[in-house]
Amino acid sequence: MNKKSNAAQQQNQSLGFDVKKIRNDFPILHQIINGKPLIYLDNAATSQKPKNVLDAIEKYYREYNSNIHRGVHTLSENATEAYELARLKIKNFINTRSNKEVIFVRGATEAINLVAQSFGRNSLNENDEIIITELEHHANIVPWQLLREQTGATLKFIPINDNGELIIEEYEKLLSKNTKIVAVGHISNALGTINPIKTIIDMAHEYGAKVLIDGAQATSHTSVDVQKLDCDFYAFSGHKVFAPTGVGVLYGKQALLEEMPPYQGGGDMIKMVTMMETQYNDLPYKFEAGTPNISGTIGLGAAIDYVNEIGLENISQYENELLGYANQLASEITGLKFIGTAKQKTSILSFTLKGIHPHDIGTILNNEGIAIRTGHHCAMPVMERFKIPATSRASFAFYNTHEEIDALIKAIDKCKKVFN
Amino acid sequence: MFDIKDLYQEVIVDHNRSPRNFRVIADADKTMEGFNPLCGDKLKLYIKIDGQNISDIAFDGTGCAISVASASLMTDAMKGKSIDEAETLFNNFHSLITTENEIDSDHLGKLAVLAGVKGFPARVKCASLCWHTLRSALIGDDKPVTTE
Ligand SMILES: Cc1ncc(COP(=O)(O)O)c(C=O)c1O
Repeated sequence: MNKKSNAAQQQNQSLGFDVKKIRNDFPILHQIINGKPLIYLDNAATSQKPKNVLDAIEKYYREYNSNIHRGVHTLSENATEAYELARLKIKNFINTRSNKEVIFVRGATEAINLVAQSFGRNSLNENDEIIITELEHHANIVPWQLLREQTGATLKFIPINDNGELIIEEYEKLLSKNTKIVAVGHISNALGTINPIKTIIDMAHEYGAKVLIDGAQATSHTSVDVQKLDCDFYAFSGHKVFAPTGVGVLYGKQALLEEMPPYQGGGDMIKMVTMMETQYNDLPYKFEAGTPNISGTIGLGAAIDYVNEIGLENISQYENELLGYANQLASEITGLKFIGTAKQKTSILSFTLKGIHPHDIGTILNNEGIAIRTGHHCAMPVMERFKIPATSRASFAFYNTHEEIDALIKAIDKCKKVFN
Repeated sequence: MFDIKDLYQEVIVDHNRSPRNFRVIADADKTMEGFNPLCGDKLKLYIKIDGQNISDIAFDGTGCAISVASASLMTDAMKGKSIDEAETLFNNFHSLITTENEIDSDHLGKLAVLAGVKGFPARVKCASLCWHTLRSALIGDDKPVTTE
């Protein structure tokens, strides 16, 4: 064993964080890709699922698959109970005041669209302004552009500096009594920047604006307390926190949600329907039309259990350690440029290599069994800001190891050799 | 399993590093843009046509090594070809990078080095972008090409 991986192994253990044991909880990690052990470093795109999540889904389908909220039979009661238990877990996970403030949706994208259409469309006019940032994922840009077209409102952007941090002084200048909505990502998926959302929320509230936080990248790395933050809406996707795809959460303050009209119509969201009119159901069901993703939601509950068991404190401490290690090794590679060097960052390493296109890097790494994301990361304005078409992005989760980072660095070196 | 060198052959690395015909033809008879939205590859072809022949052809833009090398090799191969010959070459090249069977690639000359993309399905679009762009310029509908 060489010196480097010896050091790596010591560091894996130094935090009292048993990565080896954790990796055994993730069946997918133990496979061979292109003749090499899989090294999964695309966690910002989607996370892998632990066994307890897979088991929870399978148990639902094997033992109590049935529709919820409508059957008197035992299976339906069990399914309803499990579904509502997941809601309770989310309530505690992000500390909402009530169950009614936890709305299950398809993902962060749907949550943001719901707020734009149900809240925004009914309260904005052409004198109003929406503020987003240059760092946003397209999911937190396009719904507001649509709303702008529908209402005539103006859309403004908080710019970022060369490190990929929001410029708060510029935000201050954008705010006015016309500002109605501020929609900001908690953590950037392209660069990993952790935004000062508490400050952003407080500043918006001084002007009476409502704030939506896109937490898609946050809930797997850091604990979230929506009451402490005092945000008006918080959106996230299950699949980024070790749960299945197709389920996500919108938190909204109850008073706002009560005022908002339904986003979609259908079953479950009603109390009574005649051919003439419909009486809408209470929160949160008013916003949950149709049969939801029951198994996914139960899986999300299981994923929250898993994260709680390991502890977000431990997770973020370990991931910071991984990021520091990766940064240190990557900074020794000539021609490598970090894109996104914010002081407050999660475990995302976005970079360019001189003279080598990210797509070629992605292919060469894949041939070494290493999965990273290359491209614009659904954040084209960020790429434009840095005047690059794309980056290569390695994003780490708590099941990644120092040895995997060694392999990443070695593979980046290989890219340089191929193109020398 | 594929060796990475099957894809990044020396000729490809060389054409990526110093692409041939990488320039603008100001008085081109036809220009056409090609775009791969997935990876942001963007290229523009400039073609001069003399009767039925391609008398000059060049490109510029940005892209990965495969798309740049492919455009470089294609423009080299196209110079002096008739439009009919260009169409034949297009079809042969298309078979080269998409069909499972070994095909006789002698007549493709240097273009044959791109056969390696077959082992890397995600990259076939990179190699074919410039070709679709050319085809659209020569016989197409004058709409920019996208690979999606
Ligand atoms: C910051 C951010 N916002 C929103 C989304 C959209 O999430 P989803 O596609 O799960 O709805 C993503 C996913 O990549 C993201 O990273």
